[in-house]
Amino acid sequence: MPVAQGARASHNLEAWQDPKARPIVQIENVTKAFGPHYAVDGISLDVYQGEFFSLLGASGCGKTTLLRMLAGLEAPDAGRIIIDGTDSTLIPPYRRPVNMMFQSYALFPHMTVEQNIAFGLKQEGASKAQIKERVGEMLRLVRLEPYAKRRPHQLSGGQRQRVALARSLAKHPRLLLLDEPLGALDKKLREHTQFELVNIQEQLGTTFIMVTHDQEEAMTMSTRIAVMDEGRILQVGSPSTIYEYPATRYVADFIGSVNLFDGRVTGSADGLLFIHCDEVGANMAIAHGEPLTAGTPVSVALRPEKMVVSDVKPDKDANVLRGIVSEIAYLGDVSIYHVELPNKTLVHVQLTNLARLTSSPLTWEQDVWLTWEPENGVVLQS
Amino acid sequence: MVRGWRSFVLFSVLAFGYAFLYVPIFSLIVYSFNESRLVTVWAGFSTKWYGALLENDQILSAAWLSLKIAVMNATGAVILGTLAGLVLARFGRFRARTAFTTLITAPLVMPEVITGLSLLMLFVAMQNLIGWPEARGMTTITIAHLTFSMAYVTVVIQSRLSQMDVSIEEAALDLGARPAKVFFVITVPVIAPALVAGWLLAFTLSLDDLVIASFVSGPGASTLPMVVYSSVRLGVSPQINALATIIVCIVTVAIVVAGFIMHRQEKQRLNA
Repeated sequence: MPVAQGARASHNLEAWQDPKARPIVQIENVTKAFGPHYAVDGISLDVYQGEFFSLLGASGCGKTTLLRMLAGLEAPDAGRIIIDGTDSTLIPPYRRPVNMMFQSYALFPHMTVEQNIAFGLKQEGASKAQIKERVGEMLRLVRLEPYAKRRPHQLSGGQRQRVALARSLAKHPRLLLLDEPLGALDKKLREHTQFELVNIQEQLGTTFIMVTHDQEEAMTMSTRIAVMDEGRILQVGSPSTIYEYPATRYVADFIGSVNLFDGRVTGSADGLLFIHCDEVGANMAIAHGEPLTAGTPVSVALRPEKMVVSDVKPDKDANVLRGIVSEIAYLGDVSIYHVELPNKTLVHVQLTNLARLTSSPLTWEQDVWLTWEPENGVVLQS
Repeated sequence: MVRGWRSFVLFSVLAFGYAFLYVPIFSLIVYSFNESRLVTVWAGFSTKWYGALLENDQILSAAWLSLKIAVMNATGAVILGTLAGLVLARFGRFRARTAFTTLITAPLVMPEVITGLSLLMLFVAMQNLIGWPEARGMTTITIAHLTFSMAYVTVVIQSRLSQMDVSIEEAALDLGARPAKVFFVITVPVIAPALVAGWLLAFTLSLDDLVIASFVSGPGASTLPMVVYSSVRLGVSPQINALATIIVCIVTVAIVVAGFIMHRQEKQRLNA
């Protein structure tokens, strides 16, 4: 899976690595239950000024509940939420320096685009001139000047999405919450809007917290991602950390595609762990920071693009799997091969189509060997 | 041949259907211009019953009373029904919610005779205990109508509220509007069509009601249906036909105008 970093590379936004940085949002041990079901189960998290932070997880993992608690639309059962240094756990939504962009956009149907954007400013008691100026500014930001007098039902989906964004940004919030902001757009528009949203965020410097179930969206847009499952955070990190060094099997499997092999540690030396996988009958040597005692059960995660396929037997005895090609999917830029091991396990391998080929170098039912370097695998204990 | 026969059958069914609906109303209108004072015998064209109607104080004051009661009832029912609908649609599960729902919707299924009788007994008991209401009349009829028309309005408004996207209200809260302001600036405009529909429904129910009004009315406070009903028992006067014709005309004009306005709005919406 490609990790787009272009949008982020030019900025040093790694505030979470700066010991002097003060988080703008501190979530401390927040818990929320609906009946017997814990939607959010003891989450602690710090988000820093200027970040584009994503809460990523499958539906029902508690990410939206957490976002709604930040907005003040739900009250936590336990724990504290500190926004910009103020304990905001019990502050009602209309007194928080936080605005939210809703998944359904929630535009006021009986108001024009202009009135929608002005609504928040009116509540603050801003003067007519101030409101007019700010609304004009927002309309320019989202390029909707010609549509100022239209009603929401006269706009396309993409235009509504931009009105919702302009409305939530009009009050200069310290923190903007986005609930699946691109969920209702079609694929082409979504890709375009991803970059537009990142540009607006960098231009304004506002801290964004986004909820999404789309891992590609989270990878493209975020400075950091928190992967959630069953009300807990499994891992927090930059897109590349989450992809290259997943902390658990769930994270490895959720982000991109991965081949997982169960095995036991047989020994360690020079920063390498030696693992024997009974299931596929192979020995593996994987780079791992800390040595583990022999016999520890572990999983080895291998990304499809980090393996090499060859039709001649390689000259090593670890990190080698033998199988036959069972499926070939040609995707243009890359090809995906399904390689079937002797025990019927399918391994996915991805090769970049470097040369312009009319036929694949590998063919169905061909005997192949898969190999990889020790640095390309990840050892997972949970 | 078969085809012609079929279309003949279809046309007859249609004609009979319309005749069943509209011939009674049409004959009522025709006989309002009857010269004779017998409703069933045609004796030439005349508008004299319209003149007589305008001089009949009993019918005119009854019509005026009915209108006043209907307007007060409809307005009160919309206010109370909105509050009840809001509680049912927005406040989730609270203690005694089931009991509340049952009490709100009970008047929908209660026979009118029982509602009327029980309210009469209540008003009599209250008069004896606290001296209010002093006499039965417009006040008691309005209260009685409120008790049952509020139930209908609640159902209409509750269903509109539960269809409404709650995140619209949440967005207004999030943008800094306090809950009361959100209700008046966002919720009320969004559910306005349901409020209008509820008001018209309550207005019609009240204007229509004979049974409950007969129970809780007192001397000197006869609503239009009561006057019509009692005069029919003494022999129908063509004045009633004339009154009915006027009401039918007003309703027809109102429906045509409302339909025209709605059609134009729909067209504007589609063209925009």
